[in-house]
Amino acid sequence: MDAAGILQITLYCAVIVALTPLIGGMMARIFSGERVLLTRLLGPVERGVYRLCGVSPDQEQHWTRYAAAMLAVNLLGVLLLYGLLRLQGVLPLNPAHMAAVAPDLAFNTAVSFVTNTNWQAYGGESTLSYLTQMAGLTVQNFVSAATGIAVAVALIRAFARRSARTLGNFYVDVTRATLYVLLPICVLGALVLVWQGVPQNLGAYTEATTLEGSRQIIAQGPVASQMMIKHLGTNGGGFFSQNAAHPFENPTPLTNMIHMVAIFAIGAGLTFTFGRMVGDTRQGWAILAAMGVLFVAGVLIAYGAEAQTNPTFAALGLDPALGNMEGKEVRFGVAVSTLFAVVTTAASCGAVIAMHDSLMPLAGMIPLVNMMLGEIIVGGVGAGLYGMLLFVVLAVFIAGLMVGRTPEYLGKKIEAREIKLAVLAILVLPVGILGLGALSTVLPAGLASVQSGGPHGLSQILYAYSSATANNGSAFAGFGANTLYQNTMLGLAMLIGRFLIIVPVLAIAGAVAAKKTVPASTGTFPTHGGLFVGLLVGVILIVGGLTFFPALALGPIAEQLLLGSGTLF
Amino acid sequence: MTHHSQRDIGLFDRAILRQAGRDALRKLDPRDLVKNPVMFVTGVVALLCTVLFVRDAASGGGNVAVEGQIAAWLWFTVLFANLAEAIAEGRGKAQAASLRRTKTETPAKKAADPEAATWTEVPAASLRTGDLVLVETGDVIPGDGDVVAGIATVDESAITGESAPVIRESGGDRSAVTGGTRVVSDRIVVRITANPGESFLDRMIALVEGAKRQKTPNEIALTILLVGMTLIFLLVVVTLPAFASPSGTVIPVVFLIALLVTLIPTTIGGLLSAIGIAGMDRLVRFNVIAKSGRAVEAAGDVDVLLLDKTGTITLGNRQAAEFLAMPGVTERDLAEAAFLASLADDTPEGKSIMVLARERFGFSADATDWAGLVFIPFTAQTRMSGVDRPAGGSATVGAQAVAAVQIRKGAPDTIVARIGARNASRDLTLAVERVAKAGGTPLVVARDDRALGVIHLKDIVKPGIRDRFQTLRRMGIKTVMVTGDNPLTAAAIAAEAGVDDFLAEATPERKLELIRSYQADGRLVAMCGDGSNDAPALAQADVGVAMNTGTQAAREAGNMVDLESDPTKLIEIVMIGKQLLMSRGALTTFSIANDVAKYFAIIPALFLLGLPQLGALNVMGLASPQSAILSAIIFNALVIIALIPLALKGVAYRPAGAAALLRRNLLVYGLGGLAVPFAGIKLIDLGVTALGLA
Repeated sequence: MDAAGILQITLYCAVIVALTPLIGGMMARIFSGERVLLTRLLGPVERGVYRLCGVSPDQEQHWTRYAAAMLAVNLLGVLLLYGLLRLQGVLPLNPAHMAAVAPDLAFNTAVSFVTNTNWQAYGGESTLSYLTQMAGLTVQNFVSAATGIAVAVALIRAFARRSARTLGNFYVDVTRATLYVLLPICVLGALVLVWQGVPQNLGAYTEATTLEGSRQIIAQGPVASQMMIKHLGTNGGGFFSQNAAHPFENPTPLTNMIHMVAIFAIGAGLTFTFGRMVGDTRQGWAILAAMGVLFVAGVLIAYGAEAQTNPTFAALGLDPALGNMEGKEVRFGVAVSTLFAVVTTAASCGAVIAMHDSLMPLAGMIPLVNMMLGEIIVGGVGAGLYGMLLFVVLAVFIAGLMVGRTPEYLGKKIEAREIKLAVLAILVLPVGILGLGALSTVLPAGLASVQSGGPHGLSQILYAYSSATANNGSAFAGFGANTLYQNTMLGLAMLIGRFLIIVPVLAIAGAVAAKKTVPASTGTFPTHGGLFVGLLVGVILIVGGLTFFPALALGPIAEQLLLGSGTLF
Repeated sequence: MTHHSQRDIGLFDRAILRQAGRDALRKLDPRDLVKNPVMFVTGVVALLCTVLFVRDAASGGGNVAVEGQIAAWLWFTVLFANLAEAIAEGRGKAQAASLRRTKTETPAKKAADPEAATWTEVPAASLRTGDLVLVETGDVIPGDGDVVAGIATVDESAITGESAPVIRESGGDRSAVTGGTRVVSDRIVVRITANPGESFLDRMIALVEGAKRQKTPNEIALTILLVGMTLIFLLVVVTLPAFASPSGTVIPVVFLIALLVTLIPTTIGGLLSAIGIAGMDRLVRFNVIAKSGRAVEAAGDVDVLLLDKTGTITLGNRQAAEFLAMPGVTERDLAEAAFLASLADDTPEGKSIMVLARERFGFSADATDWAGLVFIPFTAQTRMSGVDRPAGGSATVGAQAVAAVQIRKGAPDTIVARIGARNASRDLTLAVERVAKAGGTPLVVARDDRALGVIHLKDIVKPGIRDRFQTLRRMGIKTVMVTGDNPLTAAAIAAEAGVDDFLAEATPERKLELIRSYQADGRLVAMCGDGSNDAPALAQADVGVAMNTGTQAAREAGNMVDLESDPTKLIEIVMIGKQLLMSRGALTTFSIANDVAKYFAIIPALFLLGLPQLGALNVMGLASPQSAILSAIIFNALVIIALIPLALKGVAYRPAGAAALLRRNLLVYGLGGLAVPFAGIKLIDLGVTALGLA
C-alpha cells in the first residue's frame, strides 16, 4: 500500500459522503412530490407520460397492487428484450450485421438486464446490434434502476407513514426516478464523458491498419450514453466485453472517477433520502456508516492483498513494489483497480476495470463476500437500501429484545410477520448461491464451464452464482458462462435473487406502513449512533459469514493458504 | 418497598429435578418434540447418527468410537433442552400444587333465594353459574362468586398468602369471593359466577402449570427466526459435500451432522420455552397471576403507567403538617383548640393533629383533664367535629385552664357557614388557598364565632416513591397519577411525587378516554384497578392488573390479577416483563455468537485430509479432527445445561435507559458469546484428549 493509493481511496470516500446529502435530499423532495429545479421543464413531460399510459398519479397503491405493477412492468421488459434479441438480425440499426441471439442466451440476457444484474454471457461488440444496445439494454438499464429506486422508496414511505394502507404509486415512482433522477444526471454525465473522449455515434466499425501492418477492426457506437446509466444505475453491462477497462469506455482518470462516483451516488444518496423522509437524518447516516465500515474494511483488505505481489512471481525476481499487476490495466494500477473492484461488487454494479479472476485469492474474496452479503454495502440502486433494511430488521429483532421491549425500528414494532418475510428474503441468497452453486459443482453440465481445478474452480462457480443471485453481473474470467445449462440456471438465480427479495420487501413495507408509530423514549432502542452501527455490522458479518464461511474456506481461503505453500491454479 | 410474601422454590429443588428427569425422557415423543423445530431437527439427526453408528459398529468400519459418542451427545442435547422445559414446568406445578391444596371437595349450602332461611346440601362440584349458596362462619366458600347478601370476614390466605382476613360484602367493590377461601365470621349469600373447572382457581392452576401455555407473539417471531436460521444451516451443510468435491475431500456424514447441530441455534431453541414458563412463574412468586403470556410480554413494552394516587403514590391517610394561625392568634392557641377538637376523633387525620400538637407544643392527652367536655363527633350532615365546654364545666390542658366554650374544626365552607361569612377574614381565605395550592387539605378551626386558623392536612407521599418514578423515567416509562382531587391539589402532589403527568378530577370515563388517547399515539398503557367502574379501563389497558379484593367484573376485565392487591406492584410487573424479553434476546444473541468459534473448531477438522493447509484455521490448536468435532458437540450440549439457571432466573435487570442496557448486554452476551466457546471448546478438547476419548 502506498500513500498515493490511500489518498485516492480517501478522496473517493470524501466525494461520496459530500454527494450523499445533495443527491439524497433531491430524491427526498422528488419522491415526496415536492417541486424541484427541473419540475418546470419536466413537469409537462411527466404529465404527458401519465396521460399516455392512463395512470392517475394521485391514486396510491396497496402493497399488493404496487408489487403487481412492478412485476407486470418487469415481465413486459423481459418479453420485449427477449424479442429484440431474437429479432435483431432483421431490425434496423445493425451496421455490423449481427445475427439473432440464441434462445438460451437471449433468455439469460433479457433476465440479466431486467433484474439490474447485467451478467453478460456474450461479448457486446460481437453479438449485439446498436438497436439492441440502445432500445433494449439501455432502456432496461433505466427501468431496472428505477424499479430498484421505487421499491426502496416504497419501503421508506412504509417506515415514515403511520397506520397507512398505501405505499405510493409504482408507475409514478418509476417515472419520477427516471425523469428527475436518472435522466438528468445521465445526460450531463454523458456529455462530460464525450468531452473526455468516449465515443457516441451510430457509425459502422472502423477498419484500421496497425503499425505492424495488421488489420484491426475498431468497434464503437453509442458508448457514452450507455456508460453513464450503466454505472449510475449500478447495471454494469459493458458496451464492449472488456467493460470499463476498454479505453473507449474509460479513457481517462477523470472518467474513471466519474464511473466510480456514479456507481455509489444513488445508493449512498438513498440512505439520506431515507433519513430525511422518516424525519431523522441521523437514521440515514447510521445506515451509511454501517455500509461505510464494511466498505472501507473490504477496500483495505483487498488493497493489502493486492499490494503484495504473488510470491511465485517474487521468487522469479519480479519487483514486488508494483503489487499484483496480473490482469490489470497498466493505466489504472493496483490501488485504483482494487478500489474499483470493491466498489463495483459492493454496489451490485459489476462493471470492471480489471480481471477479478486474477486478483490475489484474499482480494478476490472481498468482491465475493460483498456479493454474498447480498449487495447491501451501498448496493444496487434501491436494492442496497432495502437489502440493508432487511438486515436492520434482523439486527433490531435479535438484539432489540435485550433492552426488554418488543423490538421496534423507527417506532414500528418488528413482529412475527416482518421476521417471517425478512427471513424468507434472506434465505434467497443461500438458496441461489449455495444451492444452485452446489448443483453446478456436481452436475457435469455445470462443471463443464469451469476451466481451473481445485479451490479456484470452486471460486469461479461461487463467484458466478453469487454474482447472479446478488444481481451484480461481474464475473471471474475463465468461467464458460455461455452454455445452455449456465444460461438457464444463472437466469434462474438472477430472477429469484431479484424478485423473491423485492416481493417480501414490499410485503414488509405493507405490514410496516399499517402499523402505528410508537413515540421514541429513553426506553426505546436507539438506532443511530455507533453502538447500533457496530451491532448492524456484527449481525451482517455473523449471519453472512456463518452462511458462507465453509464455502469460502474451501474456495479463496484454501487458495490463499495453498499459495503460501506454492500451489497455483 | 417490596416485601411481598414470595413463595420460594429452590432453583434445583430435588423433587422437581427428579420429576423433570422423567419428564425430559417422556418429552422425546416426536409429537411433543415437533413443537420445537430446532430440537426436532436435532432429534432427527441424532436418530440418523445412531443408525449410522449401529451400521458401522456391525460392519466394523468407520470411526465407531467417535460416532457413538457423537450420537450420544446429540441425544443429550435434546434431553438437556427437554430437561430445561421440564424443570420450568416442574416449578410451575409446585406453585400450582400449593394453590390446589385449597381446592378440596366441600359441601355447599344451596339456597333458593337470598332471603331464604333454608338450604339444601349439595357437592360443590355440582354448582352452576347463577346458583345461590349460603356460607356461614367456618365454611369454605364453594366457588367463585359475588356476595349478594350479608357481610363477612374472609380468610383468603390460601390464595394470597396474606394472613389478615378481609371484609367481603354485598354491593360495592368488595363483593367478589374466591372459591377455596374460608369465612371467618358472619354469614353471606354468594351467587356463583363460574362453572366447575372454570373457576378462577382452576384457570390459575392451569396457567401456572403451563398446561394451557400458548406461544406468545414474540416467541412466535423468534421461533420463525430460529427456523429460518436452521434452514440456512441445513443448506450450508447439505451443499458442503458438493463444494468439497473439487478438492477431493469426502466428509463422513456423522461429521456433517455434528456441524449442523453445532450451527443451528440449539441453545436458544432448547431454552426458549423454559424462559417463557419461568417468566410466568416469577410473576406467580410475586403473587400476581397473568392470564396469558401475552400479557407478561406486553408488560415489558409498557410506555405509560396509570397509578392511582391514594394507596399507590400517597399513604392512604392525610396527616396534619402545619398550623396556620390567624393574625392575633398564637399558633399555640390554635394548636390547643385543634388538639381539644381532636381528642375524641379516632380518624387517622384526627390522630395526626394530636401528634402534631404534641410534637410542637407538648400537649398530651394524659395530662389533659377533659371530664367536663362534651364531644361533638363528625357526621356526614354537619361535616365538622369538635368539643363543647358547657357553662360551669372545667377542663385543663397541662396546668392551664381551658377558657373556650365551643370549638369546631371542619372543611372551610362548613365552618364559614357556621361562623358567618363576615367573621371570615381575608387572611383566612388566603391561608385556605395556600394549603390547597400546596396539595393539602385545609381544615378550619373556630372558637365560638371566631376563626382561629387553618390546619394543613397533607397527603403524605410514600417514602422512596420519587426515586422509583425516576427509575421508571430512566427506563422510558411515563407515570401518570390518577386522582379525584381538584387540579390544584393534584398538581402539587404530582410535583412532590415526581410523576410525569396527572389526571385530576378523574372519573372512570375520563380514565378510559386517557388510555385511549395514549393508545392512539401508539403507546402501551398499564393500570391497576379494583372497582366495577374500573372494568372498562382495565379491559382497554394493554396491561390491566385487577386487585384480588376487587369485584368480579374487574377481575374478569384485567389480564392480570394481583393476589395481594398491592397497586405499587405494577412497577415490578413491568420489570418482570422486561426481564422476560431480555432473557430471550440475550440467549439468542449468545447462541448465534457461539457459532463463530464452532466453525473454527469444525471446518479445519472436516477438511484436514483434502486441504491440510486449512489447518491454519485451527486457532484453538485442537488435538485432532475427531477431538475437535467431539468437543464442539459436547460444548453445544453442556452450554444448554449451564444456561438453565439463567433461563429460569432471567437476565439480571437493572433499570436503565435502552442505550445503556443494550451496551451492557451486547458486551456480556454478544462478545461473551463470541469468546466463551473458544475457551470452552479448548478445555473440553484437553479433557477429551486426556481421557483418550478421541
